Amino acid sequence: MFSGIMRNEWEGSLTKSYLGGVYMTLELFLQHLANGISLGSLYALVAIGYTMVYGILRLINFAHGDIFMMAVYFAFFGVMTFGMPWYVSFIIAIALTGVLGITVETLAYRPIREAPRISILISSIGASYLLENLAIVIYGGRPKTFPQIPLFTDMVQFGTVHIQMLTFMIPVVTAVLLMLLMYLINKTKSGMAMRAVSKDFETAKIMGIDVNRTISFTFGIGSLLAAVGGIMWGLKFPSILPLMGVMPGIKCFIAAVIGGIGNIQGAVIGGFILGIGEILLVAFLPELSGYRDAFSFILLILILLFRPTGIMGEKISEKV
Amino acid sequence: MKRNTIYTITAIIVLFVFVYFGNKYLDSYLLRILNLCAIYTVLGLSMNLINGFTGLFSLGHAGFMAVGAYTTAMLTLPIATKQMNFFLAPLVSPLDKIVWPFLPSLLLAGILSAFVAFLIGAPVLRLKGDYLAIATLGFSEIIRVVFTNTQTITNGALGLKGIPATTNLWWSFGTAVITVFIMVSLINSSFGRAFKAIREDEIAAESMGISLFKHKVLSFAIGAFFAGIGGGLLGNMMGTIDPLMFRFFMTYNILLIIVLGGMGSITGTIISAFIITIAQEVLRFLDEPIFPNVPALPGLRMVVFSILLMLVVLFFRQGIMGTREFSWDKFFRFFTKRPLSKGGAK
Repeated sequence: MFSGIMRNEWEGSLTKSYLGGVYMTLELFLQHLANGISLGSLYALVAIGYTMVYGILRLINFAHGDIFMMAVYFAFFGVMTFGMPWYVSFIIAIALTGVLGITVETLAYRPIREAPRISILISSIGASYLLENLAIVIYGGRPKTFPQIPLFTDMVQFGTVHIQMLTFMIPVVTAVLLMLLMYLINKTKSGMAMRAVSKDFETAKIMGIDVNRTISFTFGIGSLLAAVGGIMWGLKFPSILPLMGVMPGIKCFIAAVIGGIGNIQGAVIGGFILGIGEILLVAFLPELSGYRDAFSFILLILILLFRPTGIMGEKISEKV
Repeated sequence: MKRNTIYTITAIIVLFVFVYFGNKYLDSYLLRILNLCAIYTVLGLSMNLINGFTGLFSLGHAGFMAVGAYTTAMLTLPIATKQMNFFLAPLVSPLDKIVWPFLPSLLLAGILSAFVAFLIGAPVLRLKGDYLAIATLGFSEIIRVVFTNTQTITNGALGLKGIPATTNLWWSFGTAVITVFIMVSLINSSFGRAFKAIREDEIAAESMGISLFKHKVLSFAIGAFFAGIGGGLLGNMMGTIDPLMFRFFMTYNILLIIVLGGMGSITGTIISAFIITIAQEVLRFLDEPIFPNVPALPGLRMVVFSILLMLVVLFFRQGIMGTREFSWDKFFRFFTKRPLSKGGAK
């Protein structure tokens, strides 16, 4: 056995290249890349919600990560408690999450729309805290296991690497949803209203746009996307917890900032940068894997210092 | 001496007489709550200086507290306990032999915390509003992640156990009184006026010749100094600390205190630190079974708390005190002039 390890290492050193402390074959690299792309797609889906809300209200919706968490639990209970087929359960979970997003907006943000921005920010932190604590009471603090659906979680083999079907499905689903979203925003009346409200609140109102309805609509769309992201997250990382939304939530906000907040393509680019960067960091520098969560924050601070408007954002100067 | 100064000194003496007897006769449960009240006063004041008085919406408080708590704990832990704690990987060389008294450890904790704030603040304080909030939140998470991973310095995720329980009412209330005194002097000095000017309008403040950067970093570092001291007091009261203690929830609790008390009011922060700490203990019954046939819902207390905060933010945005402060004149006017004003005479 000992000699076996020796021989493998010897052969390995001939065929593998030495990259940043780990031996990396091309297949292994592609596997990491596929994982990175699928994680990036998930980040992108949730980041779109942040960027849309920020584009309209200039507000970090801290509760977005918790809406994402709620979607996972809705789907979990649909399948495990009510015994629904997974597709029915997923559709109901996504719809419920949309309703939840609109409810949060109506209760926590609408009453103080005219207040200073710091109050709205505190209100959004409060909403997030409330959702987390509600989840702890209702779902219990112990981790639950998200149902495994063979269609998504089966392994596919490529040469020597095994990859979950899900890894390929996530980017596809993201791409489809993104196209639908672009159509909605650029070609429909509701989309036009959203664009108008995000450009200028007052003028949009004068033009006869129902601002409150448009904002609710935006929250609904953002929450639907977060719900899809959440359910796929649950399939990919099956251990689910009431606080599971916090970290992905903050990271997706970071993704939105990196891409240029308020810009949907930017959010997608930011999501991919973050997702791929994170996976490759852990793959190439495994000794830094404990710092995985710090990576996105360091990236955020670098972006804020050197290009505060993000990759795709426009520069806004403050008027006196 | 002015009349009001005499009143203040008398009040402090009364407080310390209470502390003297409290330390002797109260049971450990009550002592713990009172200690927490005083420590949260220190923490609330430090956050209010940054968020309420200078208008920098910083969410990095848990990180500064972590720096303070770990520094104090590492310096005050007896050598034998240190060896017991660090069984996975030995402690790095100079730290394993150092044992300091509490006061210098606490001061060093504050200074280190302020230094970290200075390092963070220099680049980050150029940001405004939401961006500052998320960047400081990010830094506090980075501090926590670093503490989780530096096994040989902080014992990583295992945390530190057996920290000497030095914090008593003298330490906690003493620190609280000193903090209040320093904060009041600071707010009424030219620095305090500059902080408030920055809060009201940055551009106007800058055109009046106030150096934005200098004052922001100063406010940030002073706030972090007291946050570090508060963290140190907290760690040496609890006896155990671990990185998970200093998650965003910790920052959130303190934010709750300053929002309820009023952003920009020292009096409000003190009142609400006591209210919230005591209420958190009083509402503990919510986590236990309330009705005979309904199973207990652990966590219900925090739900009630979050709803309370939402109500405060939505309907009483000014909090208890707004930006008003306590003064002896107002205090006596409240008691003496009340009956007269009923007549309608001015």
